[in-house]
Amino acid sequence: MTADHWHPSATIEALRQRAALLAKIRHFFYQRRVLEVEVPVLSQRATSDPHIESITAEYSGVSTYLATSPEFGLKRLLAAGMGDCYSLGKAFRQGEAGRRHNPEFTLLEWYRCGWDDRRLMLEVAELLGLLLGISRVQTLSYRALFLRELQLDPHSASDKELAACVRRTIALSFIPADRAECLDLLMSHRLEPAMGEGITLLHDFPAHQAALAKVVADEQGTPVARRFEAYVGGLELANGYWELTDSAEQLRRFQADLQYRRTRGRPTPPFDERLLLALQAGMPECAGVALGVDRLMMLAGGYGSIEEVIAFPIARA
Amino acid sequence: MASYSTNEFKGGLKVMLDGDPCSIVENEFVKPGKGQAFNRVKLRNLKTGRVWERTFRSGESLEAADVMDREMQYLYNDGEFFHFMEPETFEQHQASSDAVGDAAKWLKEQDLYTVTLYNGAPLAVTPPNHVILKITDTDPGVRGDTAQGGTKPATLATGAVVKVPLFLEIGETIKVDTRTGEYLGRAKEE
Repeated sequence: MTADHWHPSATIEALRQRAALLAKIRHFFYQRRVLEVEVPVLSQRATSDPHIESITAEYSGVSTYLATSPEFGLKRLLAAGMGDCYSLGKAFRQGEAGRRHNPEFTLLEWYRCGWDDRRLMLEVAELLGLLLGISRVQTLSYRALFLRELQLDPHSASDKELAACVRRTIALSFIPADRAECLDLLMSHRLEPAMGEGITLLHDFPAHQAALAKVVADEQGTPVARRFEAYVGGLELANGYWELTDSAEQLRRFQADLQYRRTRGRPTPPFDERLLLALQAGMPECAGVALGVDRLMMLAGGYGSIEEVIAFPIARA
Repeated sequence: MASYSTNEFKGGLKVMLDGDPCSIVENEFVKPGKGQAFNRVKLRNLKTGRVWERTFRSGESLEAADVMDREMQYLYNDGEFFHFMEPETFEQHQASSDAVGDAAKWLKEQDLYTVTLYNGAPLAVTPPNHVILKITDTDPGVRGDTAQGGTKPATLATGAVVKVPLFLEIGETIKVDTRTGEYLGRAKEE
């Protein structure tokens, strides 16, 4: 540890810009009558997402988890009749550190009752346009982006074709285990860099990547996840869903996630049965989205790494 | 031998890849919010100098390479090998011309260089960024022409040829950047 490590890694100027950005976000939602709420960061239940690991803590001898997003708390509020609401606070993810990741980060997540993913996607673009001064928006499906860049249909291409495309264009130290891994590799190595300037709204993901989104047949009859992602210049900023409201389906997904985790020897933390109870009681039809505020700040100020927009990233925390 | 996981990869770490010792140049963690995490890594093959790109699953590991950098004094060239000595232990190492590579033209007896050892044998030699050397041959100096900014080739004591301003003479000592071969200025003899 060098003597300089007491010092913030972000400049005072960057931290001022950050404060202004947070104020603008709050103003945006205030004007639209979306209410700011707070939900627990420390929880007895954790995400079951196959690729997101929680950081554990201990409270009075009981294992607890730092929230990887405010999603479950917000949904329980929606079921209780909260109405349109958002959370602007900290989230934590195990093992995620790099130029674009810090294990502790700031997440903006909001929900719109009666909306679907298509409508919420446009509001994301409005917010980004306002905060970043960008007007160029391209909206396309996951399938359309694969076809445009790789001449490959991600839903109908065979496992073999996907694997061949990966092998041809990406130098790997391992053999991809399945179709999902091939798609993730192509997305991060080939498609994100090819998105170009401006805002990209990508929708209709493969059904196996649904997470907590509804799965609905698209115009070609392919079941797709009604999930979207927003990128700016290839940097992933936000992930949204037309939310699953069916508690039985939610339970099946929790169980499938845990099964996936068990077979790979990963932790299987307890899932949130309180969310299931809330869904049973009835959550309004809604769309929700989570947006990484640190990355937004990188784009707003033209910073190349997340350390430049966080006062004390993990190495100095 | 120890091994390193992708989350420990950082610039300068020495690891084995495909049987060759490599130095990590860059490590980028990539992860779609709802997808799997990978590390896109750039590594310099220390044998060939070529830079490889390779993607790992986050959490994969590579064996450490038995590679270390040592400061050594250059002694002499016997026609086949370049001889170096560790100043503290007086231990001597002979480096092939493959290992010395382009650094050969900057080698001055008694001066210190970074010798990279792989399994105990010299793999590469790196000169300091700046060296001070005497001009042994160049065209006669042109007085009063300092403002023109013209250059001429000059041969240095180690055999390197660099471009220098017109006013410099044989016997003068200059400072040169070994990474670019660029003339930096006159130097006092050290």
